[in-house]
Amino acid sequence: MRKLPPNLLIGAVLVALVAGTAALSLVWTPHDHTLLNIRGKFAAPSELHWLGTDQLGRDVFSQLMVAARNSVAVALISVCLGGVIGVALGLVASAMGGVVEDVIMRIADIGFAFPALLLAIMLAAVFGPSLPVAIIAIAFINIPVFARVTRASANQIWTREYVYAARAAGMGRVSISRDHVLPNIAAPIIVQATIEFAIAILAEAALSYLGLGAQPPAPSWGRMLSEAQTLMYLAPQLAIYPGVCIVTAVLGFSLLGDGLRDITDPRLVRQR
Amino acid sequence: MSSKLVRSSVAIAALALCAALSPTGSRAGTTIVIGLQQEPTSLDPTADATASIDGMLTQNLFESLTTVNEAGEVLPQLAESWTVSEDGLTYTFDLVDGATFHDGTGFDAEDVKFSFDRAMAEDSVNPSKGLFKPIESVTVVDAGTVEIKLKQKDAFFLFNMAQGDVSIVAPESVEANNANPVGTGPFKYDSWTRGDKLVLVKNPDHRDAGSVALERVEFKFISDAAAASAALLAGEIDAFPGFPAPELLPQFEADPRFKVVTGSTEGEVILAMNNSKAPFNDIRVRQAVSHAIDRGEIIDGAMYGQAVPIGSFYPPHGPAYVDLTGTYPHDTAKAKALFEEAGVAGTTMTLRVPPFPYATRSAEIIQAQLAEAGIDAKVENVEWGFWIDEIYKKLNYDMTIIAHTSPNDMGNFARGPKYFYGYDDAGYTDLWNRISAEADDAARNALLAEAQKYLADQAVHGFLFQLPQLGVYKTGVEGFWDSRAVLFQPLAGVSVN
Repeated sequence: MRKLPPNLLIGAVLVALVAGTAALSLVWTPHDHTLLNIRGKFAAPSELHWLGTDQLGRDVFSQLMVAARNSVAVALISVCLGGVIGVALGLVASAMGGVVEDVIMRIADIGFAFPALLLAIMLAAVFGPSLPVAIIAIAFINIPVFARVTRASANQIWTREYVYAARAAGMGRVSISRDHVLPNIAAPIIVQATIEFAIAILAEAALSYLGLGAQPPAPSWGRMLSEAQTLMYLAPQLAIYPGVCIVTAVLGFSLLGDGLRDITDPRLVRQR
Repeated sequence: MSSKLVRSSVAIAALALCAALSPTGSRAGTTIVIGLQQEPTSLDPTADATASIDGMLTQNLFESLTTVNEAGEVLPQLAESWTVSEDGLTYTFDLVDGATFHDGTGFDAEDVKFSFDRAMAEDSVNPSKGLFKPIESVTVVDAGTVEIKLKQKDAFFLFNMAQGDVSIVAPESVEANNANPVGTGPFKYDSWTRGDKLVLVKNPDHRDAGSVALERVEFKFISDAAAASAALLAGEIDAFPGFPAPELLPQFEADPRFKVVTGSTEGEVILAMNNSKAPFNDIRVRQAVSHAIDRGEIIDGAMYGQAVPIGSFYPPHGPAYVDLTGTYPHDTAKAKALFEEAGVAGTTMTLRVPPFPYATRSAEIIQAQLAEAGIDAKVENVEWGFWIDEIYKKLNYDMTIIAHTSPNDMGNFARGPKYFYGYDDAGYTDLWNRISAEADDAARNALLAEAQKYLADQAVHGFLFQLPQLGVYKTGVEGFWDSRAVLFQPLAGVSVN
């Protein structure tokens, strides 16, 4: 078997660490992350509080764990939601061609040009800031990304001999898209999804930092970072911890995505 | 290629010009930039309850018949002097000569009558109609004299006449005051860039213009504590009289470029409950909330210890203050029992919080304290405009956290069910009427003590703490009040050296 690229391995380890922490937080955290102990605020790391306590005396390690779950859940839901819709649109565009393809892709272009942050601010102004609003905003920016990748990949498949054969045999566009196109473009979509994961985690952190994502008391790395901002003088570690977590998660998913592309992209394999 | 060069040399020239004209260079003691947390949505203090309108414009752009100094003593302003009749019901004000409005129209007794009639009218939108309630009539004696007759004696009358709600406006310009305020004060309106700043410039025609040091005043709106701190450190702001982040004060205290002043305000911070609505129309629920909150934790956690707890709606530095913080001591078990008794245990309540750090931070702690008592409080952070519309005007809320910075504002509880407390209690209204009519200090203080007790017993709201006045100033900025007995801060006496 071919040797796996190092970025794939490092990415997989980091992602496993983040995902594992998130999963573990469902059943166990060292402390209740919402428990305040104001008299014990800004405690230094100790056996009791592994990373100390924050400005309200909450256990920082427990908060980071639960925030990991929040980040992963938001990324997972928004990328899946955006991915399913985007892939479906891409498949339809590719299968129908012509005007339908043009309309879908031009709409995707418009969506692509729309910044997620702006959309989230708009949605928050209408519906009030909440985690679902953040998820919808992130999902929305994912739709055109997946639609483009899917269409580009699917268009190549539609010109293959086996697809011509299937069409000659009388298979409909829907069946061909499902049975022949989709399985053959799964690899680039999975690679794209992994990279979008990293972007979604960063977007969630940014939205929460601005107060448009997770609402208190639900912890979020972005919100922890923003709350730590005025505390830089008193307790700089409170800004460093969530920062390190965001970097770890984003780096992990980016490396994993790169690594997956390296092993699935036939052109890159040949160059090696 | 050559055009690029030209452009870049123009850019360099422009940069050099900018450096020469940079604010620090040209300020030289005549311009001040004041940081402010709260941006209002309108600029008319006689039509909007937002405190920052008064903070910026009252006694600076607008003037009232009287004014108040740092100690809370009443001084003459547009009224040069006054006499009070034997029975205490008729006030005759002699108006100053030479006052004019910023649009050039003259000031006389007709303007005073117009301002009062407008505020007292049936359809008036004045945010403090209570100030005008004791007034029977306003009569123009001659161009320089106004006579105000009261229905009942009002101990606070002259003090009240200094407030922004009683600003004297002109019939010619009043309609536009929302966005282009015109008054008689030492500063006049220059511009308002929404979301950024409001600029006032010196009024050279003011009767006391000679004693005003500042030529230009910029109020910069920064609600985010971290951004406020960064702006101060970068030298973009000269004064931040209501600094929102107590945890940053040690940093400024240690820095010789700044001085930090800690005083008090008239701001009682309350966890307001909508008394007109279930479940808060049930006193047991309000008592349970009062038992659930732990003021010590809130002050320590949200204000870093920089505040004095209150047990009712009266400032601890006032002469009639009674310590009622023990009325409903922190007792989670008792709170739980009361919530159960009232049948609301385990329910969800919303806590809509305006965008001020004292409020958002207190909310997080109160949420945890209510959770311990079995109540799931959902915190919603809302914008100030939304707060004014939905909570203050439409009473669309369960609970909120807000500081009431007006002086003598126990009358809020006598404003009837339409005021956002939704509180309507004949016993209290009667008590407040007696307080307003009482001229004797000792007797009035006794009644005020009774009123404090009344509100505490009724647990109308969760009474949290007195908002401190945390001021951060550049060294050399002089003339700001350490403590505030009123909402305004006169800038005529402020200088930058």
